[in-house]
Amino acid sequence: MSTLLLIEQVLNGLQFGVMLFLMAAGLTLIFGVMGLINLAHGSLYMVGAFAAAAVAGATGSFVLALIASLIAAAAAGAIIELVVIRRLYDRDHLDQVLATFALILIFSEGTRWVFGSFPLFLDIPDLLAGPVTLPGGIQYPAYRLLIIAIGLLVAFGLFQLIARTRIGIQIRAGESDREMIAALGVDISKLYTLVFALGAALAGLAGALVGAIQSVQVGMGEPVLILAFVVIVIGGIGSIKGALVGALLVGLTDTLGGVLLPGFFGTFMEPSAATAVGSSLASMSIYILMAGVLLFKPTGLYGSA
Amino acid sequence: MQFKSLILAAGLTALASAGFADGHAGKVKVGMITTLSGGGAGLGIDVRDGFMLAAKMAGNDKLEVVIEDDQRKPEIAVQLADKMIQSEKVDIMTGIIWSNLAMAVVPAATAQGKFYISPNAGPSALAGKGCHPLYFNVAWQNDNLHEAAGAYANDAGYTNSFILAPNYPAGQDALTGYKRMYGGELAGEIYTKLGQTDYAAEIAQIRASGADSVFFFLPGGMGISFLKQYAGSGVDLPVVGPAFSFDQGILQAVGNAALGVKNTSQWNKDLDSPANAAFVDAFQAEYGRLPSLYASQGYDAANLILSAMDKADVKDADAFRAALAAAEFDSVRGDFTFGTNQHPVQDYYVREVIKEGDVFTNKIISASLTDHVDAYAAECSY
Repeated sequence: MSTLLLIEQVLNGLQFGVMLFLMAAGLTLIFGVMGLINLAHGSLYMVGAFAAAAVAGATGSFVLALIASLIAAAAAGAIIELVVIRRLYDRDHLDQVLATFALILIFSEGTRWVFGSFPLFLDIPDLLAGPVTLPGGIQYPAYRLLIIAIGLLVAFGLFQLIARTRIGIQIRAGESDREMIAALGVDISKLYTLVFALGAALAGLAGALVGAIQSVQVGMGEPVLILAFVVIVIGGIGSIKGALVGALLVGLTDTLGGVLLPGFFGTFMEPSAATAVGSSLASMSIYILMAGVLLFKPTGLYGSA
Repeated sequence: MQFKSLILAAGLTALASAGFADGHAGKVKVGMITTLSGGGAGLGIDVRDGFMLAAKMAGNDKLEVVIEDDQRKPEIAVQLADKMIQSEKVDIMTGIIWSNLAMAVVPAATAQGKFYISPNAGPSALAGKGCHPLYFNVAWQNDNLHEAAGAYANDAGYTNSFILAPNYPAGQDALTGYKRMYGGELAGEIYTKLGQTDYAAEIAQIRASGADSVFFFLPGGMGISFLKQYAGSGVDLPVVGPAFSFDQGILQAVGNAALGVKNTSQWNKDLDSPANAAFVDAFQAEYGRLPSLYASQGYDAANLILSAMDKADVKDADAFRAALAAAEFDSVRGDFTFGTNQHPVQDYYVREVIKEGDVFTNKIISASLTDHVDAYAAECSY
């Protein structure tokens, strides 16, 4: 394998990881602050993608579509927090899983009811269509570079928000002691709605960004949700830093595993068997990674016990 | 007291006779298990709509159809099949889109004496040694469209193809089918995950492989993702594939990325026959959209059942089976007969994606395979 191909695959892994981070950041915040398992996070990703496709179809502007995805997903998140999730904080995790699973079904069928069963069209803007040539002669799609840039920017913004703002202090305080910050006069229910809407907006943004290079269809969020859970378990539940590191690890492992493993087995097996064994092992690789991390750090890389 | 029991008795008699009147007097009960929700729902909806259109055009009193949604999950399809056979007591089953679901349902259904008419999935395991007298496939054997693509690749002069498909029964059949007809070298062969949505790693491998053409089988949303990412990657090798990634339902979502791509199919809306013209017009009038190949397969499945009903009673399994095997109906693809394994013997075409006004669609540019019999027919004996 040539170095150029390897660098290109590393970029692909980064881009995948950054996208996973946008999903996992919201999930880990919601779990860390409120102790809630939100299976409906994938539905918010779908809401973002559908809102972007609808707005892009009506106005033709990709920037407006991205803004719409943020607003729609944040609004959907705030509404479900106020109507459903709020009642679940004191219940055990099984009730939360049951209720948020019901939300998945409601969102999926509701979206089908509004938009129909056929995938929607959402394309990348002409300006970013096609590849750019990077130093060293690597051709890489401009749009994927944009995803990497946006993801890193959002990660930087989130760190600043958590570390330096008043809301960030309240979020961190909420994570360590819920009752105490309520007693100190912070409006905890408003804070919860805000965190939930923020997480939802990030998921919606990821949905819109990815929808433009994949297909915008009902049920698109659930496969990503599973990976996002793997990410937050690896990174340590509740930690934004853990989510970033975990997401990049999972993205790189998944991409490079899929590329390198079949080639590795090809050196001593016949090609068709090598492809079969290599690709099966590649799909297991991130779970093996998760098991390995948990073996040495049971609370995840940056998790607190 | 006596009066009350009299009324009760009368009521019971009425119920019983109503039950008799419902007892399939010239009516056939069809159980349709298909994918109506989740990813891939568009395919099931098209099959259902095509089937119901044919049923409606034949008169509503002939077919009684029970429709259930399998959500693309094998375990749910199996439950639904049990329910249809044991409590709904259907005569014929149909509808399954995905080969892994077909493998879970069809052998059990035919073993319990139910006819199964496949409007889509045609796994090789059911076409060769696993064939069954009660199993008919009215669409194609899985390999067929890919064999047509391989034949086209030879005609187009490709000698170094890169091929990829998802790792499930139909994906393996696809690559087998392509390689059966294609005579050149392989620059690479990849099995992707079923349901994968990001193909950046595969596209990078295609770029580095030195191939002169790309063959892919990625049905539904997978194909949309692949084509859009391929168009953005700057790789400009010619792409060829089966019709599944270029059907009417998803072309609008792919957009310009699909324009000019060659794909192979047993049907297209511009096939010149009165039956096809009538189908295309009626489908548009009924549902307000262009039919896809899945819709054409659903429509043909219903018409096949209706043609057999004219000749035999479904309760007489041998006679009904002979009537189905005769396939005396006006197929929308023109000539249509069953081979010895009750899979289609039919023509395959090469289509090109074009834009008509604002709508992306296909037109036929040449024939690929004529009166093609699938490769497993010889292994089948009843």
